[in-house]
Amino acid sequence: MDPILIAVLVLLAGALVFGALLGYASIRFKVEGNPIVDQIDALLPQTQCGQCSYPGCRPYAEAIANGEAINKCPPGGENTISALAALLDVEALPLDAEHGEEQSKSVAYIREEECIGCTKCIQACPVDAILGAAKQMHTVISAECTGCDLCVEPCPVDCIDMIPIATSLATWAWSRPQPGVQLIATDRGRHLAIQQHRERHDQQQADAAGTDADRGESA
Amino acid sequence: MTDYLLILISTVLVNNFVLVQFLGLCPFMGVSNKLETAMGMSLATTFVLTLSSICSYLVYEYLLLPLDISYLRTISFILVIAVVVQFTEMVVHKTSPLLYRMLGIFLPLITTNCAVLGVALLNINKQNNFLESAFYGFGAALGFALALILFSAMRERIAVADVPSPFKGAAIGMITAGLMSLGFLGFTGLVQI
Repeated sequence: MDPILIAVLVLLAGALVFGALLGYASIRFKVEGNPIVDQIDALLPQTQCGQCSYPGCRPYAEAIANGEAINKCPPGGENTISALAALLDVEALPLDAEHGEEQSKSVAYIREEECIGCTKCIQACPVDAILGAAKQMHTVISAECTGCDLCVEPCPVDCIDMIPIATSLATWAWSRPQPGVQLIATDRGRHLAIQQHRERHDQQQADAAGTDADRGESA
Repeated sequence: MTDYLLILISTVLVNNFVLVQFLGLCPFMGVSNKLETAMGMSLATTFVLTLSSICSYLVYEYLLLPLDISYLRTISFILVIAVVVQFTEMVVHKTSPLLYRMLGIFLPLITTNCAVLGVALLNINKQNNFLESAFYGFGAALGFALALILFSAMRERIAVADVPSPFKGAAIGMITAGLMSLGFLGFTGLVQI
């Protein structure tokens, strides 16, 4: 048999066998969905407030997995950003001011005597935390409310207040260290200190020489 | 038994693939910014190197030699390596999505890691038998892992050190790698195979 034919056949057969193996492996090790999106989603505050310009926390998690910035979540604030940075192994950035500022966690409250029962806030609520029906008074299930304040805007009689949750013994925690504080010992500022010291020294010598000269003239 | 130990010492220290033979420098410079990523890369490369060393030996011994087409060894080894890397990529994607994300492009790039093809070809040159080639591949991978992990740990420290601005980034990395290479030259003559 022609040696070239043998070579071609062997390579072809090898490629086919390996291809079949890989085909089997791709079915055996198939990845369902994107597991990293689930991990990001678990870190987001689930307020579904849309301040990140995405319709909810899940879409924002998907966007982060595709390379979106991690600093667009005001309800989560610095804690969420640093947790995301640790998970994704990227730099923790300060909160993007364009998407709002970090506020203390609050809960919506409907002043029930003013409510006219228009159901507009029920449609706006992303987590179905408002109970009520048409022409009936509405109320907020405070345990379900995420404090996203999406219901405040549509209310025609402005009867919804955002009440901040007071810090209690159960929710109090030490504040995090301020950014910009040197936690690692470094000699980065040493050159500056030496230079300042030298300048001060020169200044003192110049002053001393100056006073000597003055004295010489007067004498 | 002593032979296998000698092969391991030889490949890990004396003839370290990265620092003495200068093979596989691309991932050595590319994935060494973070210790954690470097460890993941070392694991993936260890798996690929050992497996591809064994597979290429089997292909050469039982397919190419009997059919008298050993001149096809390079291309068939490339085929074997590509398959093993693809397989590893699937396994890593399934078992550790975070590692998969961190390794990024460097995982499929193990295919072009010249240490992998180098080990397969050196096995033929040295006429290693089955176990010897397995140990040779494993030892080469251990040496690669050792160099990569040491280097990335150093780079993590260098990242917070006060480096003069012309040497920042890759430049100080190159200098560090050169010094490490000089250090590993000290093992020359320890074992000769």
